[in-house]
Amino acid sequence: MSKVLILAEHDGSALNASTAKCVSCAADMGSDSIDIAVLAAQTDGIAAEAAALTGVTQVLSVERPENAAPLAAVIAPQLVALAADYDYVLAPSTTFGKDVLPRAAALAGVPQVSDIMEVAGPRRFKRPIYAGNAIITVSVPEGSKIFATVRIASSRAAPAANEAAPITAADINASLPAHTRFVGLQAGGGDRPDLQTARRVVSGGRALGSSDNFDLIYGLADKLAAGVGASRAAVDAGYVPNDMQVGQTGKIIAPDLYLAFGISGAIQHLTGIKDAGTIVAVNKDPDAPIFEVADIGLVGDLFEVIPEIERALGG
Amino acid sequence: MKILVCLKRVVDYNVRIRVKPDASGVVTDGVKMSINPFDEIALEEALRIREAGDAQEVIALSIGDADCQQQLRTGLAMGADRAILVGTDTAIEPLTAARAILEIIKREEPGLVILGKQAIDDDCNQTGQMLAALWDRPQATFASKLQLAGDKATITREVDAGLEQIEVDLPAVITTDLRLNEPRYVKLPDIMKAKKKPLESLSLGELGVTETLGLQIEDYASPPERAKGIMVGDVTELLSTLRDKDLIG
Ligand SMILES: Cc1cc2nc3c(=O)[nH]c(=O)nc-3n(C[C@H](O)[C@H](O)[C@H](O)COP(=O)(O)OP(=O)(O)OC[C@H]3O[C@@H](n4cnc5c(N)ncnc54)[C@H](O)[C@@H]3O)c2cc1C
Ligand SMILES: Nc1ncnc2c1ncn2[C@@H]1O[C@H](COP(=O)(O)O)[C@@H](O)[C@H]1O
Repeated sequence: MSKVLILAEHDGSALNASTAKCVSCAADMGSDSIDIAVLAAQTDGIAAEAAALTGVTQVLSVERPENAAPLAAVIAPQLVALAADYDYVLAPSTTFGKDVLPRAAALAGVPQVSDIMEVAGPRRFKRPIYAGNAIITVSVPEGSKIFATVRIASSRAAPAANEAAPITAADINASLPAHTRFVGLQAGGGDRPDLQTARRVVSGGRALGSSDNFDLIYGLADKLAAGVGASRAAVDAGYVPNDMQVGQTGKIIAPDLYLAFGISGAIQHLTGIKDAGTIVAVNKDPDAPIFEVADIGLVGDLFEVIPEIERALGG
Repeated sequence: MKILVCLKRVVDYNVRIRVKPDASGVVTDGVKMSINPFDEIALEEALRIREAGDAQEVIALSIGDADCQQQLRTGLAMGADRAILVGTDTAIEPLTAARAILEIIKREEPGLVILGKQAIDDDCNQTGQMLAALWDRPQATFASKLQLAGDKATITREVDAGLEQIEVDLPAVITTDLRLNEPRYVKLPDIMKAKKKPLESLSLGELGVTETLGLQIEDYASPPERAKGIMVGDVTELLSTLRDKDLIG
């Protein structure tokens, strides 16, 4: 019997799509039961969404005012208390999961497997190292609880189920620290498709030259109903906010279509798009490294190519 | 206040990584080694805090074999006041690193401990969070801005949803993101001066930390290669190729 507990990610009212990906990773582990822990100030809507995912056995709801903000120092001790009866504890490898799970693992006194990209056996996992330039198979000895984060670009999302799993209110006796306080969140984004789940993504690099010029990328993205990404150079130069960065230290994404304009293709950027279906690169330098990984390459000036694409797409 | 900064010796970020033919690791012989880029940012931040008068001493810490002295010397040349090398000849995992750092914290009692958000070799992104848990202190990961005010700090964190601000009581653990600062270059005279700065060596065993691994690495492999792509001549050809693949309407 192996039991999996997944820490749900949410924004206070809705479940994040990464949670459904953890469920399919848990299913790959051949586990006997998959429970989801929802820690929030108000859990109802989130717990209902979690309960509706295929493969979920039970949702544990922990409703406390302290859970209003996603503070690792507050969530980790509760997760560890809940985890007592489980063999595996999973969280998405998003900034939320990366923040909380190692803290919980250390409280439980066990190591963590980061960024599972493939389940190779019940206690064996593949994960990327060196920015994805090598893949290791790690195994966790019998008898030790497994804490792991799931690389969401590598997993499918569990679909909705016909029947919802039961939701149980969990009572946790953990004392929570007051040394860490939430001040605020300045959301980036806007109402474009979410970068991490979008089926199409249009990205721009340093070549855009200014935040005004980045409107070219936004315009094309809107035409294609795509999310918008950027290289680190574009973020550093202040053309776009940080949450748009794609790569080793930004977001790891797997859209069906990735269009890169004026991005050279540094390994740290390529790490973020290795799982993309089709990569299109437009760069004026025929020797740009991005062409080595692109499925379709076009040598050209993005300031001419983008308007031309828009005209051809019409409307 | 003292600030403890962790410096990990890693393969330089510009090196093209190759997996050994026998799958036992990646090629590191004759390869350029550097301070983990995130740790350089951690050290720069500590130096700026000291230069602003909010800290008196910056201590650089590395865990690894004797070669880590090179990275510690670079850290001293950048401006750290002294360095500690915790020696071990076997590779250790983040939980062990966190336990070792905790032992140094007990000796030094720093007000801030700054680490990188991730080491670019193992890409674990765990050590700072684990350390904060073991130490029972606040953590502020992925920091892009750090402001100190007395015994508190306000940190801006780079999260998927945007920029989050939290306030923590000191002492606390901070992990750095790339945009926190731009590290300074080391100047030649500073390299000379750094040779005279104190570098203390002790072993993991002397700290009472065991090296046992909780995870076993079975093998290393190269990532699957993407199939070779095509070049198109113009936008018309680009769009028709995408339509053929049913990727655009
Ligand atoms: C530890 C570490 C982590 C990092 N993490 C990331 C990460 O997560 N994501 C990331 O992206 N980077 C990351 N980087 C940075 C990375 O190494 C590169 O510096 C960065 O990706 C370069 O961005 P760029 O391609 O936009 O800029 P450049 O490398 O400057 O490339 C610009 C490209 O635009 C082309 N160009 C110029 N004008 C035009 C035009 N008019 N039309 C078409 N093409 C044009 C040029 O030929 C060139 O190829 C990291 C670096 C380090 C050290
Ligand atoms: N052996 C080590 N020596 C010094 N610092 C380390 C070591 N291992 C990890 N760290 C610190 O912990 C951070 C995160 O590492 P990791 O959890 O391995 O991704 C690094 O950026 C370093 O600041």
